[in-house]
Amino acid sequence: MFADYSMAELGSIFVMQGFAGLILFSVFLLMALGLAIIFGQMGVINMAHGEFMILGAYVTYFTSQLFLNYIPSLFSIYFFLAMILAFIASGALGMFVEWAMIRHLYKRPLDTLLATWGLSLILQQLYRSFFGAREVGVELPEWMMGSIPLTDTVEVQINGLFVMGLTLAITIAVAVLMYKSSWGKQVRAVVQNRVMAGAVGINTERVDRYTFALGCGIAGVAGSAFTMIGSTGPTAGQLYIVDTFLVVVFGGAASLLGTIASAFTISQAQSTMEFFLSGSMAKVITLLGVVGILMLRPQGLFTLKVRR
Amino acid sequence: MILSRKELLGLTILATLILVILPLSLDIFRLNLVGKYLTYAFVALGLVLCWGYGGILSLGQGIFFGLGGYCMAMFLKLEASSVENTKIQSTPGIPDFMDWNQITALPWFWEPFRSLPLTLILVILVPVALAFILGFAMFTRRVGGTYFAIITQAVAAILTILIVGQQGYTGGINGITDLRTLLGWDIRTDNAKLILYFVNGLLLIGCLLLAFFVKHSKFGRILVAMRDKEDRVRFSGYNVSNFKIFVFCLAAAISGIGGAMFALQVGFMSPSFVGIVPSIEMVIYTAVGGRLSILGAVYGTLLVNWAKTSFSETFPELWLLGLGGLFIAVVLAFPNGLAGIYGSYIEPAIKRFLRKKSDLMPSGTLPQGSPAE
Repeated sequence: MFADYSMAELGSIFVMQGFAGLILFSVFLLMALGLAIIFGQMGVINMAHGEFMILGAYVTYFTSQLFLNYIPSLFSIYFFLAMILAFIASGALGMFVEWAMIRHLYKRPLDTLLATWGLSLILQQLYRSFFGAREVGVELPEWMMGSIPLTDTVEVQINGLFVMGLTLAITIAVAVLMYKSSWGKQVRAVVQNRVMAGAVGINTERVDRYTFALGCGIAGVAGSAFTMIGSTGPTAGQLYIVDTFLVVVFGGAASLLGTIASAFTISQAQSTMEFFLSGSMAKVITLLGVVGILMLRPQGLFTLKVRR
Repeated sequence: MILSRKELLGLTILATLILVILPLSLDIFRLNLVGKYLTYAFVALGLVLCWGYGGILSLGQGIFFGLGGYCMAMFLKLEASSVENTKIQSTPGIPDFMDWNQITALPWFWEPFRSLPLTLILVILVPVALAFILGFAMFTRRVGGTYFAIITQAVAAILTILIVGQQGYTGGINGITDLRTLLGWDIRTDNAKLILYFVNGLLLIGCLLLAFFVKHSKFGRILVAMRDKEDRVRFSGYNVSNFKIFVFCLAAAISGIGGAMFALQVGFMSPSFVGIVPSIEMVIYTAVGGRLSILGAVYGTLLVNWAKTSFSETFPELWLLGLGGLFIAVVLAFPNGLAGIYGSYIEPAIKRFLRKKSDLMPSGTLPQGSPAE
């Protein structure tokens, strides 16, 4: 498949597809981060994760409309406010869902999966009823459009760069929160041994609720970032949920580093192959590869050593 | 004796409903619809065995339903694309969608589907083979629970993308359509639909009997033991993974039969019955019927599909809300589904009623709250 291209062309193809892969990587990572917290740390399978993401995307869309219609002078910075609002909206919904549903099901992980799937159906229908079945896209501010040419054949999009920067910032924030703050220590303690964590005075119920809310909030931010590179529809979340779960499982559920590594591997493999094969075959081969590796190494790439 | 008295009574009632009451009370269009739902009941039945008794939740049962259905559809399609029927194509004798996609010879994996006996074997063999590969890889490495659910879901996604993407070989998103005859017998007539309905019903009852047999066999007891305390079963010297692989393959085989009957009765097969959404919907049939109840699987399937049809005919908007709410309600409030409700409320009421009438104690009383069969 390489025979038809010259060396220079091949180089450019790999750089461009690599860059497209990096954008995909950012989206995967943003989505997977929230899931890695919820699934990896709490062991809860949240099938409605994609819908929390879409909520963030809709919040961003409405914020952009608000700025466009009422304060156009500040339009260029609407995105930062939108992101915060998306975090709050998704996080609040997450907290409510945890209180109403998830906390009753911690001992039945497979049932959580079904219940959250039900939730995702309800949310999809609510989005469709309230926001319409049509896909919506936000208008980007001036400074985010266009691209920077690096050489004659290689150029990078600014919105892509922005999403990458955002991903980097959020990943670092999550890492600091989980591994350096006392709250993160509490979360990890609850994950490793719930009973003992409770015995030493950690309010495990509160930790659970905030962990779930944080995961959902990050999903909201991911959705917010998602609006910059794609449009949003009521069922868009479902398209990503399988990939995201695979990213988390492939990386090794409780490992943040694993999640990053697996998001990177999967997205790069997929976008590089996409250039040479049809999109669907690239996806099939990538997913098959991941499933195959998981069959050989079910614990994922990186594992946490815990006594069970 | 493979059935307890209560199970025999339940099975007789269900068989009467499927084979006598429904055919007598519904017109052929509605009956065909019920026949279609009953093919999903095969999948739900497989899930009762593998999820309810074995504790293995597969979110990819649609894969096996789809594979069985595709096997059957490929045979019917080849019969419908005889050289006389397709002489306007640039390559006569191959299915129409292949001709549209500039494929000039029948691909090798279509060849076995020229013969009916081979097809009938493959309807069961292909799903079982895939289930065996998946099960062997996962269960011998002690992957279970949520991980297994996610992996099966990923496989369902892969298969859908593959079928949709390889349009020339599989018919793509439209699936394999325009199926006409089975060995020269037109399956589209009302008469054929009626006969196929009864074949389907009898096969379902056969599978129900098989499920009861499995439940009462020693294997069924090991399954339950495995679900509840896997380590203890392993320490007792049983090879847990082999039992899991077997029940997963059994569920796949039953689903495959359902898929083949679907293709025969509905007259087409498409990737929309393979992917993640139908697979999870089939899990809800089982959950509504009661994951521990073999007969409940059939009632759950019929009830959910009946609700779906009547809701989506009148309030299409509400259907997804209703289905989602049903998921949550079943999981939170009625983990044993209809069978649980029957066992804890209706059955005691019937017993009280009977006792008042004849002062006779029915044998085999269950403690309250335990799942009825």
